[in-house]
Amino acid sequence: MTMVKPMKILAVDDEKDMKALFEQRFRKEIKTGVVEFAFASSGEEALTYLEANNHEAVLILSDINMPGMSGLELLQHIKKRFCSPPPVVMMVTAYGDAENYNNAIRLGADDFLTKPIDFTLLKQKLRLN
Amino acid sequence: MSLAPFLVSFLLLRYLQKSWVPLLTSIDWSRFFKFFLIGGIGLLFIETVFDVEDVTKWIWHFIVIGIAVFMYKTDDLKHSRTMLLGVLPFIAITLTSDIIELLSADLFKSLNNYIGTALVFSWIWFGAMWINNKKQQKALEKERLMRKFEEERNNIIAARKEELEVMVNQRTAELTAQKEDLQKALADLSATQTKLIQQEKLVSLGELTAGIAHEIQNPLNFVNNFSEVSSELIDELREERGKHLRDSGTEEEILETLKENLAKIKHHGKRADAIVKGMLQHSRNSDGKIEPVDINALTDEYLRLSYHGLRAKDKNFNVVLNTDFDSSIGKINALPQDLGRVILNLLTNAFYSVNEKRKGDLPGYEPTVWVETRKLKNKVLIKIRDNGLGIPTKLIDKIYQPFFTTKPVGEGTGLGLSLSYDIITKSHQGEMRVDTKEGEYAEFCILIPVNL
Repeated sequence: MTMVKPMKILAVDDEKDMKALFEQRFRKEIKTGVVEFAFASSGEEALTYLEANNHEAVLILSDINMPGMSGLELLQHIKKRFCSPPPVVMMVTAYGDAENYNNAIRLGADDFLTKPIDFTLLKQKLRLN
Repeated sequence: MSLAPFLVSFLLLRYLQKSWVPLLTSIDWSRFFKFFLIGGIGLLFIETVFDVEDVTKWIWHFIVIGIAVFMYKTDDLKHSRTMLLGVLPFIAITLTSDIIELLSADLFKSLNNYIGTALVFSWIWFGAMWINNKKQQKALEKERLMRKFEEERNNIIAARKEELEVMVNQRTAELTAQKEDLQKALADLSATQTKLIQQEKLVSLGELTAGIAHEIQNPLNFVNNFSEVSSELIDELREERGKHLRDSGTEEEILETLKENLAKIKHHGKRADAIVKGMLQHSRNSDGKIEPVDINALTDEYLRLSYHGLRAKDKNFNVVLNTDFDSSIGKINALPQDLGRVILNLLTNAFYSVNEKRKGDLPGYEPTVWVETRKLKNKVLIKIRDNGLGIPTKLIDKIYQPFFTTKPVGEGTGLGLSLSYDIITKSHQGEMRVDTKEGEYAEFCILIPVNL
């Protein structure tokens, strides 16, 4: 057992089944302590979590389309308020159009994924395989 | 001297000439009179020169009686009976006196005075009858002229009537053509109306598509990923079973997860199915089936679709949604597609309005839309309120008019509220109310009866 500090990932999505999906998809990584997950169902909740947990989350998977604060707004907030070191923000959306992509990148997103989520690709991007 | 019978026959023939009887009109009278005069005068000449009165008087009798018999026998000369009556005493007296003279010269001599007197009277009688007949003739002539005049007038009227009939026929043809044109125009109009309504449905469907794409990607994401991960779990389970030391706890745990995953796949599959069905229903011609509808679920569904639709189209669009659903409503009878279309229309309008106001960059402006459902005594209220631009007072009367729109050309059909109003008031026997203040808010209330 390597005593590496686990990678902390905050997943933000208004779909409650997303939690079960991430937990199953990353079950090996969770078991071995490589990653640790936290979940938030809205932008507001995500911000509260980041404040309370001393912005230690390093990755945010957020749906651009959420009631209330949108994923893009959350992205803006995170990039403004948490800058040392800035968490990696990966955007996940059902809309794969160029405009959406450009907007996300312009606002500082580190990566962009479309639904349905390709977990192999996501793990590659997180350098977990 | 046979001047008298000559005169009598001449007068009678003149009378016949003027009697206008069809049988006689074909006769060339002038030639006839020429012959008659030559013949008559010739006869008188012979009589005088050769003193053969005893022979010629019988010829005259024959001529005069012949004319009288002709007048009597001819049906068309019935009106000349007075003439006949007038001439009869003359014929009788002259004939009788001539017969008496032939039989007995003595008797003739003794009666000569009486005969002479009688002859004078017969002349007077003839004259009186002639005058009388002339009068009758004149009356007849007058009547004949009148009849002729009447006939002419009738002819004119008939001609005029024919003319009018032609005109009437022309008019009728024109009117029929106009009627047909109008009927065609009406058919065209209702076809256009149907087309426009369909177009409006397609426009609102367009408003939905982005929302639908978003909505459908989410369940698909779960279906794909949960089935993939389940396949992995099955491999894990097999691996576990192959071990010498089997951990039944782990196996049970995997099986339980698998079962949950299958339930999730089923749930999200159904969700995608419902979205597609809803979309198809929305675009379909409403076949108007009243059925129990969960008002809250319907409102929520269209809220999600319209919200995501707008978010997808306009990246800067953002709105605070406040929902307050009364769970005691349950299901009420309604036309789900139609009612959904109304809710969608009102929400789209609300979102459009707050978004337009947002573009004005008012400091501190927070676009907000409230959606509320409430169960009243025997009605259900659906209230959609926004803090957008509101509706100017001078336009408030026009909002339900077909084709009225404040949106730029090409953005709105102007049929949304008009159709919505019809759906609520006609199809649902409900009410639609609006409360608004320009620049501040607009609130639409739908009230539909619980027992439709």
